[in-house]
Amino acid sequence: MSESSLRLVWVYPDLLSTYGDQGNALVVERRALQRRVPVTRVDVRSDQPVPTSGDIYLIGGGEDRPQRLAAERLRRDGGLNRAVANGAIVFSVCAGYQILGHEFVNDLGRPEPGLGLLDVVSTRGEGARCVGDVLADIDPQLGLPPLTGFENHQGITHLGRTARPFARLRIGRGNGTGDGTEGAFNDTVFGTYMHGPVMARNPHIADMLIKLALDVNALPPTDDRWYDALRAERIAAATQPA
Amino acid sequence: MAGKSEPLTPRAKLAVTAGKAAAAVSRAAGKGSGSVIGGKVALRLDPDLLARLARHLDVVLVSATNGKTTTTRLLAEALRAGGPVVSNALGANMPAGITSALAGGSDARFGVIEVDEKYLAGVARDVAPKAIALLNLSRDQLDRAAETRMLAEKWREGLAGVEAIIIANADDPLITWAASSSPTVVWVAAGQSWKDDAWSCPSCGGVLQRPGDDWYCAECGFRRPTPTWALSGDHVVDPYGVAWPIHLQLPGRANKSNAAVSAAAAAAFGIDPKVALERMYKVQAVAGRYDVVTFQQRELRLLLAKNPAGWLETFSLIDGPPTPVVLSVNARGADGTDTSWLWDVDYTRLAGHPIMVIGDRKLDLAVRLEVAGLQFTVCADLDEAVRTAPPGRIETIANYTAFQDLRRRVGN
Repeated sequence: MSESSLRLVWVYPDLLSTYGDQGNALVVERRALQRRVPVTRVDVRSDQPVPTSGDIYLIGGGEDRPQRLAAERLRRDGGLNRAVANGAIVFSVCAGYQILGHEFVNDLGRPEPGLGLLDVVSTRGEGARCVGDVLADIDPQLGLPPLTGFENHQGITHLGRTARPFARLRIGRGNGTGDGTEGAFNDTVFGTYMHGPVMARNPHIADMLIKLALDVNALPPTDDRWYDALRAERIAAATQPA
Repeated sequence: MAGKSEPLTPRAKLAVTAGKAAAAVSRAAGKGSGSVIGGKVALRLDPDLLARLARHLDVVLVSATNGKTTTTRLLAEALRAGGPVVSNALGANMPAGITSALAGGSDARFGVIEVDEKYLAGVARDVAPKAIALLNLSRDQLDRAAETRMLAEKWREGLAGVEAIIIANADDPLITWAASSSPTVVWVAAGQSWKDDAWSCPSCGGVLQRPGDDWYCAECGFRRPTPTWALSGDHVVDPYGVAWPIHLQLPGRANKSNAAVSAAAAAAFGIDPKVALERMYKVQAVAGRYDVVTFQQRELRLLLAKNPAGWLETFSLIDGPPTPVVLSVNARGADGTDTSWLWDVDYTRLAGHPIMVIGDRKLDLAVRLEVAGLQFTVCADLDEAVRTAPPGRIETIANYTAFQDLRRRVGN
């Protein structure tokens, strides 16, 4: 971790930025700056090498073909794997979450190797997409308030032994395995199906990543009244029958 | 061009009559214009009715993510120089609404038809259009719309066998991909401000290079075609290099772009660009969009922006600071229920404007604006927002159902 600034890397916005994923980068950036932590944000296009010196890497959601292209290019590049080996933090959403696993089903219906940074394997669900508001309890080890998000996917993600469920569902489909889990994480790599974007609905996750990167236990408080109001509204929306 | 000698069959006539009766009942019951229910009844009685009605017309279809209703109006106005026009001017753009509109225009020579993106290939097959104008494709209604590139792919397959002249925006790589399998394409450099749905080559998936106004794929060679028409500032440049001035009452770059495509489409029907563009001046508000209304003794301009590309164009046409701006966002069925797209909109463009926020999803907007570092006021409704707004004409920008709510509230 650099002393001078937080290096935030947004991976492949040209391929994986279909669901307002820039929002996660904007929220992390904003909340770091509000704590007077300078931020250097690097947006890496898929024809550019992924820098290995970042502190926090964000990787978003996307359509099926761009997901395959992103996996191919990330495997070939190797930068993200090297960054994680150096201790970098990665937070991934939806298609990006699947790419971080061992394998997912690509747009051609075939198994596509992922980066193996999370001990998960993803397949494609039959039937209707999971679309709607989600409410879940984040792993108590992380000490965060409930997770609210919007899911919009058809994936099913099975967790292996070294991946912990990021959250336990109260409402929603999450990993789609029917076991009530949503997302996955290990020491520094996180994955979720939650859009919204997830950081806008759960600014505490952004703070957690910043704390991990800075290796501090606490951050100065921020004025979170609009986040709190949005959270209350969306949690109520998720719990009320449509 | 169109053969007018062949009359409608008795079955088709019956279907038209029954459809009109159903529409009248629907109107009498206070359920809107009745055009969709009328069209549904008529198509049930005669499934080929749309094709039959269109056979008597020179048809041009208009489709896009943004600007299709406005372009349909501009083009209809231009083609009236050549004869009577029938058009689904109110934006009922799926087969039932289109059928209903055409059934009301038995004396027309031209049919100018706005088509929903998902129905374009089917309608193009049914009505055998003479021309199809394609403006732009970008992300819209994320929870249910087909993926944007898949839509371009479907257009490409659907249009490959269509004999119509395609008038297509060469500045949009997805439109270019959709159109380039067609035998006859008129390329228009109509511009496109939003670029974030076309960084990947639609053909091979390579990263598109976009120096200046050009674009190309370095991997497979797919590239921007050479346009024969171009939007150049306030002018449309025709294939002979003659620049014709655009005078519109409608504001903004996007509408100049719509006018340029309309002029190229009108030329395909023998209408001179000068005549076409002069006639377009008549178009004022389109289904309430761009309308200036008085509400609570204040002037409000009503602007519709449904998706990131639309918001981007809208920000470029509003009056500068300190003009007050009211933003309203809903996430009902017709809007798409996923509000993530708010984060693809660059709200920092509103810096310096007093901003009032309303709509079902005002809290999503509030967080969005907070993170953008903007000052804003969250209000209960339009009335409160207007009372809160400092002096000056108010720009009100709303997405689809939020816009309908606004129109109802101001009595537009």
